[in-house]
Amino acid sequence: MLMQRWTPRDVQALINGLRTEGVRVLGPRVGDAAILYDEIETLPIGYGDEQAPGHYRLTAREDQSRFGYNLGPSTWKQFLFPPEEAIFRVQDGEFISCREQPERMAFLGVRACELAAISIQDQVFMGDFTDPGYASRRENLLLIAVNCSQASGNCFCASTGDGPAVGVGADLILTELRPEDPYYLVEAQTEAGQSMISAVGGPAAAPGEIDARDEALAATRLQMQREFATEGIAEALYAALDHPHWDAVAERCLACGNCTQVCPTCFCSSTREQVNPVSLEVTHMRRWESCFTADHSYLSGGVVRPSVKSRYRQWLTHKLAGWEQQFGVSGCTGCGRCVSWCPVGIDLTEEVAEIRRSV
Amino acid sequence: MARSDRPRLAVFKFASCDGCQLSLLDCEDELLSIAERLDIVHFPEASRRMLTGPYDIALVEGSITTAHDRERLTEIREQSGFLVSIGACATAGGLQAMRNFADVSDYARTVYPHPEYLSTLETSTPIADYVAVDYELHGCPVDKYQLLEVVLAFASGRRPQIARESVCMECKARGNVCVLVAQGQHCLGPITQAGCGALCPAYSRGCYGCFGVKEQAQVGPLIDHLRAHHGMTLSQARRSLRAYNPAAEPLQIIALQCDKDDVSGSKKGSGGHDG
Ligand code: SF4
Ligand code: SF4
Ligand code: SF4
Ligand code: SF4
Ligand code: SF4
Repeated sequence: MLMQRWTPRDVQALINGLRTEGVRVLGPRVGDAAILYDEIETLPIGYGDEQAPGHYRLTAREDQSRFGYNLGPSTWKQFLFPPEEAIFRVQDGEFISCREQPERMAFLGVRACELAAISIQDQVFMGDFTDPGYASRRENLLLIAVNCSQASGNCFCASTGDGPAVGVGADLILTELRPEDPYYLVEAQTEAGQSMISAVGGPAAAPGEIDARDEALAATRLQMQREFATEGIAEALYAALDHPHWDAVAERCLACGNCTQVCPTCFCSSTREQVNPVSLEVTHMRRWESCFTADHSYLSGGVVRPSVKSRYRQWLTHKLAGWEQQFGVSGCTGCGRCVSWCPVGIDLTEEVAEIRRSV
Repeated sequence: MARSDRPRLAVFKFASCDGCQLSLLDCEDELLSIAERLDIVHFPEASRRMLTGPYDIALVEGSITTAHDRERLTEIREQSGFLVSIGACATAGGLQAMRNFADVSDYARTVYPHPEYLSTLETSTPIADYVAVDYELHGCPVDKYQLLEVVLAFASGRRPQIARESVCMECKARGNVCVLVAQGQHCLGPITQAGCGALCPAYSRGCYGCFGVKEQAQVGPLIDHLRAHHGMTLSQARRSLRAYNPAAEPLQIIALQCDKDDVSGSKKGSGGHDG
């Protein structure tokens, strides 16, 4: 495949061009002490992150890198499957759809693990059943991915097979090299990607530069500190439903739900009727749910999973085992967000290792 | 609806700051339509019209701190169809429940020139300790939209739709950056019930727990972690657990544990992770 060589100026030209066409460009923004995904006009320069279980710090890098951070608490799912969404409203006995004309969006800076997560959510929301809101937003989407030139302390995509090299499904793939004075190798995977390249231009990459991309990815792989044995994991977890280690995790887990909210593949939602106290108009609202709440397993007469233990076990067994039966893939792409953003630093890779060790 | 057909709403106050009932007056855009749908027959903060019972819905603010209050509460219960306790005082003792962990006569001597005129109980306790309560609405003060939801729900005979999950759920939905993970601040969000919209973390500050405990609150594990990894001292732990909702049992248990740890001088806080 042909590769182009871009300067930071060319990347900016891409952003400007998309915005001129009326595309909402979403990408990294420096927020309160973390990199967030938001509407952007330009890329932040020289930021990194330091991550460990229950720990994240935004750091300053001594270079000009635009993609020198790994992942923050934001996920792209917030734009495709928003935290709260009005589905329909009822006015004078009439049902009126709240669906809006979707905007054209471009995600800039999608990492390998995130691209894999988007393709998993595509199966959830556009597989056997289609969620019309998700589908309309997804159809109007451009995906501009980035190969990771470094891994965070919590990344383990090399173990799950989802990264650090960007797989299929992106329109455009960038690789940032030489962070002190960056340049970008650019590849198109689709026609839309090809036309983005044509619009910006730039010289073809030299063969030696393609090797530089592969070396950067190999270095990123070596940087990953976490390993996660994925073979036979579903069987191992199902065989260990009574393992005493679930009780040990339940002594630390707060059942706060942060892990499911930051996970790019978790898709649970609940609905409720919101009554306008003045007009009495009712709006059917959908919002993110989590298997760590009591309401998630509330069935007529009671809560099926009242204990923290049963909720933690649900999260892990659904994510890593049940998911395979439902969708044919694991629900974990190794992004490490649930490890970083768990307030008490519970690390699923360690918990699974513990459960597998003594079965 | 004819005036006589509307459900009769009454608002009562015990030991409290009035903030919760003022939340009802704060519903500027909605108040008129509420007043059309319900007959507000007793609300001294809003009107001199104070009718006697029975009441269909009673909103009860404040905690019980005197013997006289206790009697008045029993009468209100007898007169009321649904009794809803509102706010941290009414549901978990409130700030004034700090007396539960001290000698109330010491406080009285410090504050009043003539403490002998006071007649008070040793403790400040929630409404549900004395009478049956149909619904407890958390918050210091309560959220006005949650209050409207509860009033409308009881007025139309349905269950209020109030989530019992953690503040963290709202915090993530709002797109806040977690102040505990990203800044090492002490935050009680993981054990606190949602409802405020994760207000404090949205302003880069840890949650103080004013909305009371969530269901299945894991108070011990959070405090252990904050002590082991984020420098929380025993006295900070105790103070944060006994601030707004001191009578909430899950908080009481761990605060007592802190008292014991203090006496034994042990440095607790094991079983955590790096971070
Ligand atoms: S389970 Fe954790 S590591 Fe895996 S995709 Fe979800 S957030 Fe990322
Ligand atoms: S892990 Fe829990 S929150 Fe995530 S999709 Fe499964 S059941 Fe839903
Ligand atoms: S998990 Fe892999 S693809 Fe994702 S950010 Fe980390 S290194 Fe990159
Ligand atoms: S594993 Fe961590 S983030 Fe998930 S519910 Fe438990 S304490 Fe919260
Ligand atoms: S800031 Fe507090 S409330 Fe928000 S996610 Fe972190 S621990 Fe939870």
